[in-house]
Amino acid sequence: MEHIAWMAWTLPTAIFFVMLAMTLAVMTWLAVAYPEAERVGILHIPTTRGDRLFIALIATAVIHLLWIGFVGTDTILTIPFGEGLEISSLWLATAISLASAVAIFRTV
Amino acid sequence: MDKTVNQKAWFLVLPVFLIVAFSAILPLMTVVNYSMQDTFGNNQFFWNGVGWFKELLDPTTDLGERFFASLWRNLFFSAVILAIEVPLGIVVALSMPREGWRVAACLVIMALPLLIPWNVVGTIWQIFGRPDIGLMGYTLNSLGINYNYVSNEFDAWATIIVMDVWHWTSLVALLCYAGLKSIPDAYYQAAQIDGASRWAVFTAIQLPKMNRVLLIAVLLRFMDSFMIYTEPFVVTGGGPGNSTTFISIELVKIALGQFDLGKAAALSLVYNIIILIVCWVFYTVMTNAGADRGPEKGVA
Repeated sequence: MEHIAWMAWTLPTAIFFVMLAMTLAVMTWLAVAYPEAERVGILHIPTTRGDRLFIALIATAVIHLLWIGFVGTDTILTIPFGEGLEISSLWLATAISLASAVAIFRTV
Repeated sequence: MDKTVNQKAWFLVLPVFLIVAFSAILPLMTVVNYSMQDTFGNNQFFWNGVGWFKELLDPTTDLGERFFASLWRNLFFSAVILAIEVPLGIVVALSMPREGWRVAACLVIMALPLLIPWNVVGTIWQIFGRPDIGLMGYTLNSLGINYNYVSNEFDAWATIIVMDVWHWTSLVALLCYAGLKSIPDAYYQAAQIDGASRWAVFTAIQLPKMNRVLLIAVLLRFMDSFMIYTEPFVVTGGGPGNSTTFISIELVKIALGQFDLGKAAALSLVYNIIILIVCWVFYTVMTNAGADRGPEKGVA
């Protein structure tokens, strides 16, 4: 582990990247197994699944940043587990992002 | 029924992907890791969650204030140079000769500023503008204009904008020239028969035909001016005060000057997202410009 110490890995960022890699892997498999056609949605641009994933990811980043900027990250809930798990309101942004991702994949 | 898109060719990109992994993806992942932590060096990191992002997006903190100030400064700079370089580039392209030896001479002269490295451009203008030995600075002061880019904010801005216009207008002009050259003579002949004015020829033939190259020019110039570092750094060093400190200069100050890797990482990620969004919008507009009419009429 010494040689990657400079990368400063943490469990949360590792989970984030593993999930991102898995998403890309699934999308790759989908593209090979079920070839798709471009379609024009509400943005009036032809998009493939990959384009929609890109838009959804960018939207996710923007939603989280806006949430941090305008709402903050106060604790909204404490789960009585161990010393008490504090749930940040940022998870609401994550929920909104997931909903928006579904909407983007359906309509864009 | 639309044709399905075969994405299998992407597998051919795998070797490049490996190289990019080491040159871009791993460093980017490291930046994401840094943005969540604080460090005092020696590869010791402390978890900070989204703390840096909170600070960055809150204009009342020092980091947030610096970020938003340099962001607006940078956007204003990009807007100003685009507003000057694009119309000026079009005018230059329109007045360039169409044939004969003058074309080659003109193209070489236009290409010269583009070939000069950024730091050299900065040094040239840094000396050019000096009131004691610089040709421009000395002349302006002799004419009674109190010009000093080291102490006066307006002068510093004017110098950097003029420098950028000098450096990059040729790029816009050359792109527009290429667009103009691709217009067949028949268009002009038709315009002549119709007795179209010079202005009508410009708005009805030349401008629409330059549409694509202009979009490319705007994209290139926006991206380049939005990440500008070397030239203002060499000329003004971000001063006087912070008046010409653009985002990239602020970023380097935070990352390498203060060694606040966490703050710098958060800033660079937000910076990166802004650039990604702008690029995507430009690219989408560019690739779909004129394509909208196709499928609806059934001309696939």
